[in-house]
Amino acid sequence: MMKNKADEEDYWNSSKFKAFTFDDEDDEFSRLKESKRAVNSIRPLVDEDDDEEEVEKVSWSGEPVGSKTPLLFNTYCAVIGWRDYVSDWSPEETVQRMQQGKAVSLEKFRSLQDKLLLLDYAVSAHDGNVITAPLWDLFVFPEVLFRELTDRQTALRHFIHYLTESKDQRLLLELLRYLPLSTPGLPLLQYKEHLGIADENKRRDFLKSCLSLPFSPEDSVHVEDHYTLLERQIIIEATDGHAERGGKQEIFQKFPRKASILNMPLITTLYYCCFYHYTESEGTYSSPLNIRQTFKLSEKQFFVTALAARAKLKAWPDVDALFTSRNWLGFTRKKSPLSFQRVVDVLHKNSAPTQVLQDYVALVDDAELRITLAQKHKCHDIVINTYRDLKDRQQLLGYRAKMARGSAEERKINELLNNSQIRWKN
Amino acid sequence: MAHSARTDCPELPDFFLLKRLARDQLIYLLEQLPGKKDLFIEADLMSPLDRIANVSTLKQHEVDKLYKVEYKPIVSTSDQLCFLIRPRIQTVKWIYVANADKATGRFRRYKIIFTPQKFYACDAVLEEQGIIGDVTTDEWSFYLLPLDDDIISLELPEFFRDNFLAGDQRWVRTAGSALHLLHSLYGPFSKVYGIGRCSKMAYESWREQVEEGEQKARQAEIGKVFLIDRDVDFVTPLCSQVVYEGLVDDIFKIKCACVEFGPDVTSSDKSIKVMLNSQDRVFNEIRNEHFSNVFGFLSQKARNLQTSYDKRRGMDIKQMKTFVSEELKGLKQEHRLLSLHIGACESIMKKKTKQDFQELLKTEHSLLEGFEIRESISFIEEHINRQVSMIESLRLLCLLSITENGKSSFFLCSYGVDHLLTFANLRQLGLLVEQQPGETLTVMESKVGKLVNDRTGGKLSDAFSSLAKKSNFRALSRKLNLVPKSDEEYDLRVPRDMAYIFSGAYVPLSCKLIEQVLERDGWTGLEEVTRLLNGHEFAVTGYGADSKAKNDAQRIILVMFLGGCTFSEISALRFLGREKPSMLFLLTIWLMETPRVSVTLISSIF
Repeated sequence: MMKNKADEEDYWNSSKFKAFTFDDEDDEFSRLKESKRAVNSIRPLVDEDDDEEEVEKVSWSGEPVGSKTPLLFNTYCAVIGWRDYVSDWSPEETVQRMQQGKAVSLEKFRSLQDKLLLLDYAVSAHDGNVITAPLWDLFVFPEVLFRELTDRQTALRHFIHYLTESKDQRLLLELLRYLPLSTPGLPLLQYKEHLGIADENKRRDFLKSCLSLPFSPEDSVHVEDHYTLLERQIIIEATDGHAERGGKQEIFQKFPRKASILNMPLITTLYYCCFYHYTESEGTYSSPLNIRQTFKLSEKQFFVTALAARAKLKAWPDVDALFTSRNWLGFTRKKSPLSFQRVVDVLHKNSAPTQVLQDYVALVDDAELRITLAQKHKCHDIVINTYRDLKDRQQLLGYRAKMARGSAEERKINELLNNSQIRWKN
Repeated sequence: MAHSARTDCPELPDFFLLKRLARDQLIYLLEQLPGKKDLFIEADLMSPLDRIANVSTLKQHEVDKLYKVEYKPIVSTSDQLCFLIRPRIQTVKWIYVANADKATGRFRRYKIIFTPQKFYACDAVLEEQGIIGDVTTDEWSFYLLPLDDDIISLELPEFFRDNFLAGDQRWVRTAGSALHLLHSLYGPFSKVYGIGRCSKMAYESWREQVEEGEQKARQAEIGKVFLIDRDVDFVTPLCSQVVYEGLVDDIFKIKCACVEFGPDVTSSDKSIKVMLNSQDRVFNEIRNEHFSNVFGFLSQKARNLQTSYDKRRGMDIKQMKTFVSEELKGLKQEHRLLSLHIGACESIMKKKTKQDFQELLKTEHSLLEGFEIRESISFIEEHINRQVSMIESLRLLCLLSITENGKSSFFLCSYGVDHLLTFANLRQLGLLVEQQPGETLTVMESKVGKLVNDRTGGKLSDAFSSLAKKSNFRALSRKLNLVPKSDEEYDLRVPRDMAYIFSGAYVPLSCKLIEQVLERDGWTGLEEVTRLLNGHEFAVTGYGADSKAKNDAQRIILVMFLGGCTFSEISALRFLGREKPSMLFLLTIWLMETPRVSVTLISSIF
C-alpha cells in the first residue's frame, strides 16, 4: 500500500501534519521521548512477528512504512531501523492503531482540540481501553478535563470508573464537586462516602451533612431516616452498654448482647428493642412503639418483628397479647395482619413448643393447609378434629395407624370411629 | 425422558484447537523469561489456567513455584518473577507495592503477562510508579475456554458489571476479538444476528478486525451467529431454576464446569470436586431435565445397574472374566456417578424444602403471568419483613418491578438504608424500573426532545435513557406468547416447548427471541418486539461465505450472551436444537446465575 505522489504533495501543503524540522529547539526533547516510546514499543512488535496466529502477522506487516513522512526523515527512520514512525498519524488513525495495540505517540496531540478529537474518536470506536488512554494526557489540568467531560457522558463514565478502580478518592471527589449537581446519581455518589467512615459520631455528622444534597424526594426521606436511626442507635448503644456493664438489669445478664446495634438495619433495631426494651413507654428512644411511630412502620412490619422477638424470649403471654383484639361487645378474638400459616412458621423458627404452635395452627382457615401444618408440627388433636369435621373416616383410619399403640390419640380416634352420631362420608 | 442424540447431527467443531492455541502461546510467553521463575497467578484465573496447562506443563517450562495473587507481600527467593494477571489496576498496583526489592537493592527480573489483553490504564499505573523499565509486559490472548462440547466461556466475571453498570466499554474489543478468533478458526459465518447495544458494538469491533486482517477461504464449521446483550432479558435470570444443572449451579456453584460436592452429598467426611460435562454419562442424561423427572430417572438407572451387577450370578469362569474386564469398570464408574447425583438431589431437596420453595415458585409464576399480583406482593413483603435471605428478597423485588412495575420500600428497613446504593445500581441496569406511568413519560419525552440540541444531546439523552428504562415485559410476553395458557396440563416429562425449563410457566424471552429470528432469518415481523426492547437489533449476511450453502455447518449456530447466561437458558437452547432440524446450538457465554447477578450489585455504586 504505497501512497502516491499526490498524497505526498498534499502532505507538504496541508497544515494538518506538523512538519519535522531540525531547527526547532523543543524537538530534541520530544524526539528523545519519541525514541523512548519507540524503543519501548519494539518488544510487542517483535512478539507479534513471531506470533503463531497467521491473522495477526498479516495485520501488522502490511502496514505502510513511513510513507507519510518527509523523505529525509524516512531515511532516518530506515537507518535506525524503525519500521513504523509513530508520530504522524491522524487522531482517527491513532485511535485505530491503539485499538490494535500498535505503537503510537500521543505527544503530538498538544492542543486541547487535538486531544479532544482523539478522545471523541476513541469514544466513537467504542473501545473503553482506548478511551481512558487520552484522558491520561489531559490529566495535567484536571479542571480542563472535568469541563470537557461534563459534555461527554461516555468518557465521563469511563473516567469515574477508572478513578473508582484505582481508588483515587481525592481526584474523584474533586471531579464530583466540579460536576453540576443535576448530574444523575451524583448525590448518591457523595452519600456513598459514609461507608468509609468508621467512627459512628463522624458518620452521623456526615449523614447530617448529606441531608441538604439534592436527592430525589423519595431518597431524601430514606437518607433522613438513615441519619435519625444512627443518631438513635448511638444513644441506645451508650445506654445499654452502660447497663450491661453495670450488671443491674437482668435481661442483659440472661441474654448478653451478641453485637453492637450500631449501623444495623431498622428492622434489626426494632427487633433488638422488642427484645430488650419491650415494655418501655412510648417516650423513650428505645421503645418499640416509639420506633414504630418515628419511622412510620407498617402494622405488618411491627407485628412480624415483635412476634419473632417475643417468641425468641419464650414470652408466650406477650405473643398471645399481640393477637388479641376486642370487638365492640368486649369479646376477645385472635386477629393477625399475617396469615396464621406464616405465624406458625415464625413461631416454629423461633423454636416454639407444640402446645404453643397448636393454638395457632388451629386458626388456619383452610382445612387442607391446617392438616398439613398440624402433621408437620405434630399437633395430633387438630389433625383428628379436622378429619372428624370433614367426616373423613378413611383418613382417620390411616392416621390411627401412625399413632403409638395405647396413646391418648389412638383412644380418641377409636372413640370417634365408634361414635354412631357421625355420618362419615366414606 | 433421556433424549437420544439426533442421528443426523452435524459434528460440532473441535474446540480442542482453542485450548492448544492458548497453551502454545502461554508456553511461548513463559519461554520469553528463560530460566527458573516463580509464577504468580490471579485467583480467578487458576481454574481456567488449569484447563489449559497443568502444573507439570508449567514445570516443564521452568516455573518453579506457583503462588496465588493475594495482595500480600511477596515472599519468593527466585530471581525471576512472572505475574499472570487480568488487566486490573488493583493487581498492577500490588505488584509495585509488593516489591520492596528496590529499597533493599535486590536485582530481579519481572514480567507481567496480562490476559486476555493489556489496558493502557495498566501501563499508566506502571509508568506512574516508575517501574515501566524494570517490568516487562506481555499479553496472553487467551479469550475462550471450551467448557463442554457445546459451551465456550470467556470467564470474565467483571464483564457484566463493567459494561452494563459502570458503562465502561473496555471489554467490547475483547468480545470482538473472541468472535474474531472463532471466525478465523471456524468461520466464515454466513449470517450474524444480534440485539443490544453491546452486541452491536462488539459486532462492529469484530468487523474492523476482520478488515484489518486477511480472511482465508476455508470450510465453515459454524454457520450463523447470534449476539444478545444480557440486559435484553433480565426476567429469565431472575427466575428460580428448576432444571437439574441450573439447580446444581444455584446450590453448589458450578465454576469452570466443575463443582465441589460437600460431605452432605458424598456421605463421607470429604468433599470432592467433580467435572460436570458430557463426559459424565449420568449427568449428561439428567442435566437438562426438569427436577421432578430426575428422581425417577435416577432410580430407574439404579435398578438397571443392579440388574447388570446381578448378571454375575450363574456365570462360569470364562464369562466372569469377560465381565470383569469389559463391563465391571464401566459399571463401577456409573455406580459412583449415580450415588453422587442421588446425593446431590437429596441435598437440593433438603435445602429447597426449608425455604418455602413451592410458594416462592408460585409467586414467581404469578408475576410472570400477571395474576394474583396482590398475593405476590404480600408474599414478597413478608419475605422482606422477616429479613429472610436478602439476595432472594432482592431477586423477587426486581422480578416484581420488571414484570409489574411494583415496588416496596420495606427493603431498606429490613436490610439497611445503605442499599439505596444497591437500588441505584439496579435502576442503572434496568433491573429496578422507575415508577413512571407510561403517559407522564411520553409528555416528558417530548419536552426533553425539544430541549435536546447538538452539544448537550449526548448528555441529555443519556440521562433520559436511564430514566426511560422501563420494562415492557407484559407487552412482550403477549406478543411472543411467553406464558403458555395455564388451563392446560403441562407434562414435564414430554416437554412441548422451552417453557418446560420453568415448569411450563414461562418461555425464556432470550431464547424465544433467538428462535424467532432464526426462523424468520431476520427481524422482519418483529418490529414491535424490537421497539419494546429498545432496538439495537441487526442482521447481516456474511462476507466471503455462501449463505445458501446447505451444508451441515449452516445448522450450527453460535449464540453469544454478552454478560452471561443461565444454565436454564442453555437447556432451553439444547431443547430447541433437538426439536428443530435447522438449528443446533453452540454457545459462547459468560456464565452467571441469579444469585450471582444480584450479589455483584449489592451496596456499591459503580
